[in-house]
Amino acid sequence: MDKVRTTPKTTANRMKSYLEEGKRFDGRTPEQFRELTIEKDVSIKAEGSVRVRLGKTEVIVGIKMATSEPYADSPTKGNLMVTAELLPLSSPRYESGPPKIGAIEWARVTDRGIRESGFVDFEKLCIEEGKKVWTVFVDVYSVNDDGNLMDAATIGAIAAMKIAKVPKYDAEKDKVLYDELTDEGLPLTDIVPVAVSVHKLGKTLIVDPTRDEEDVSESRTTIGSSKGVISSLQKSNSAALEIEEIKKVFEISARISEEILDKIEKAIK
Amino acid sequence: MTEFKSSSDNVKETSSKNSFQRPDGRSVTEMRPVKAKVGVIPCADGSAMFQSGKTIAIAAVYGPKKMHPQHQQNPRKGQLRCEYNMISFSVDDRIRPGRNRRAMEISEITKWALEPVVMLEDYPNQVVDVHVNIIQADAGTRCAGINAAAMALAHAGIPMKDMVSSVSIGKLDKTLVVDLTKEEEDFEEGEGPTDIPISMTTSGKVTHMQLDGKIGVKQLQESVDMANVACKEIYEIQKEALKKAVEDIK
Repeated sequence: MDKVRTTPKTTANRMKSYLEEGKRFDGRTPEQFRELTIEKDVSIKAEGSVRVRLGKTEVIVGIKMATSEPYADSPTKGNLMVTAELLPLSSPRYESGPPKIGAIEWARVTDRGIRESGFVDFEKLCIEEGKKVWTVFVDVYSVNDDGNLMDAATIGAIAAMKIAKVPKYDAEKDKVLYDELTDEGLPLTDIVPVAVSVHKLGKTLIVDPTRDEEDVSESRTTIGSSKGVISSLQKSNSAALEIEEIKKVFEISARISEEILDKIEKAIK
Repeated sequence: MTEFKSSSDNVKETSSKNSFQRPDGRSVTEMRPVKAKVGVIPCADGSAMFQSGKTIAIAAVYGPKKMHPQHQQNPRKGQLRCEYNMISFSVDDRIRPGRNRRAMEISEITKWALEPVVMLEDYPNQVVDVHVNIIQADAGTRCAGINAAAMALAHAGIPMKDMVSSVSIGKLDKTLVVDLTKEEEDFEEGEGPTDIPISMTTSGKVTHMQLDGKIGVKQLQESVDMANVACKEIYEIQKEALKKAVEDIK
C-alpha cells in the first residue's frame, strides 16, 4: 500500500554479495538473458505487430504507416517515429498523466537506437519526390514490467519492423488501403541495431535485470550495435564507471547483441 | 483460456425479419466467438483479457491503495477509478497516443458500469485503479473493456456483490442483432445502424446503457431483453475463466 515501491536495502545487499560469487536470485549467470519469446500479429489492425516476453516482462509493439508531405530539408526521404509508452496497466509504479522522465528516456533511447543505425532505408519510403512519403510509426507499449523494458522495446521494434507489410496506396484518391497489405516489407538494411543494456550492481556487470535487480542497479549503459559496430549509446543513472569497466561494457553488449539478433531471426521465421 | 461459441443459435429468433443476413453469417442472437483469461499481467493485483471476435481488451487492477492526490480522498468509502485507452495500432488509422475526449468519456462510463457492484465501503481514503487497454478493435470495445475490467476486479479479490457483463445490441435497418462488428456499425441500408451498448449484473440490473441511432420504445424494450440473455452467456464465460485461474493455482 505504500507509495514508493522499491527493493529493500537488505535484499540489495544480499543481491550484490551473491553477484560477487557470480550468482543471481533466479539462477542465471551475470551475462545471461531470460527466456525470450516473440509472438506475431497481436493486432491485425497493425501493418506488423509483436508481443515480446523477457521472462515476465512483456511489451507489445505495432507498426502503422501513413502518407504525408516530406520535410523540406529531405524531399526524397520518408519518416520514422518511434514512441514508447509506459502503460499504468503494466506496473503499480506508473500513473496516468503526462509521461515522466523515465518514460521519456525509455522512448527517446529506443527511438535513437533504431533511427541512427541505418536500419531503415529512408529513400525507399518516398512515394513522390517533394510531395508524398511514407511515415512509419513504431509504437511500443509496456504490458508487464519485470525489468529491462529498455531492451525488450528495441527487440520488439526490430521484430515488428521486420514482419511489417506496406499497405496499398491509392495515389488517385490519396488514400491508404489498410485492408490490403502488399507483399512488400519495409525497406530495411542488414544493419540491425539490437540494443543491450549492461547494468552495474556493486562490483558486478549484468545484463537483462529483473525488476528487483533494476532497482538495485547503480548504472545502466544501453548500447545499440550491429555486427560489432556501435550506433547508439546512453549511459544512465548516477554511478560512475571505471575506464576498464566501460570498455568491458562495450564488449559484453556487442557480443550479446549478436546472440539476441539470432533469437529474433529464429522467432519471426 | 476459456473458449466459447454462442449456444443461442437455436433460440427462436424474436425479430420480425427472420430472413436478415448478417455479413459474417451469424444468427441475430449469436455473439462472436469469445475468449477470456485472467492473470495475464503478473505485476497487477488482478488482470484479465477478454476477446470478442476481433476485439481484444486487457485490463489490470491495482489496489485498494491510498488515494493520491490526498484531497480526492473520501473518508466515508473507497473509490473506483477507471481508465480506458486504445492502443495506437488497434485500428486502421493510427490513434495519437495520449488522452482524448472519447477515451475520457468511456473511462467514466466504465466506472459507472462497475461501481454498483463493487463494495468499497470498508476502504475509506483508498482507491482501486482499473486500467483498460484495447489492443485490437472491431467495434464493441467499451463492452469488451467492461467485461475484462469486471473479471480483473474479481481476480484482484475486490469485494463485489455481483458480476457485470456487457454486450452491444444493434438495430440494422429494422432488425435487432447481438454484438455488432465494425462492418455492421457502418451498415447504411434502410434505417441505418443503431448501436446500443448495455451492461448488466447477473441479477438483471442495468448498470450502463447508451444509444446512438433511432429506435422505437417497443423495440428498445426488446433489446434490453436480448442483452439480458447475452449477458448471462458472457457471465458464464467470465465465471469459467475465473474458476480456471483458481484451479491453476491449486
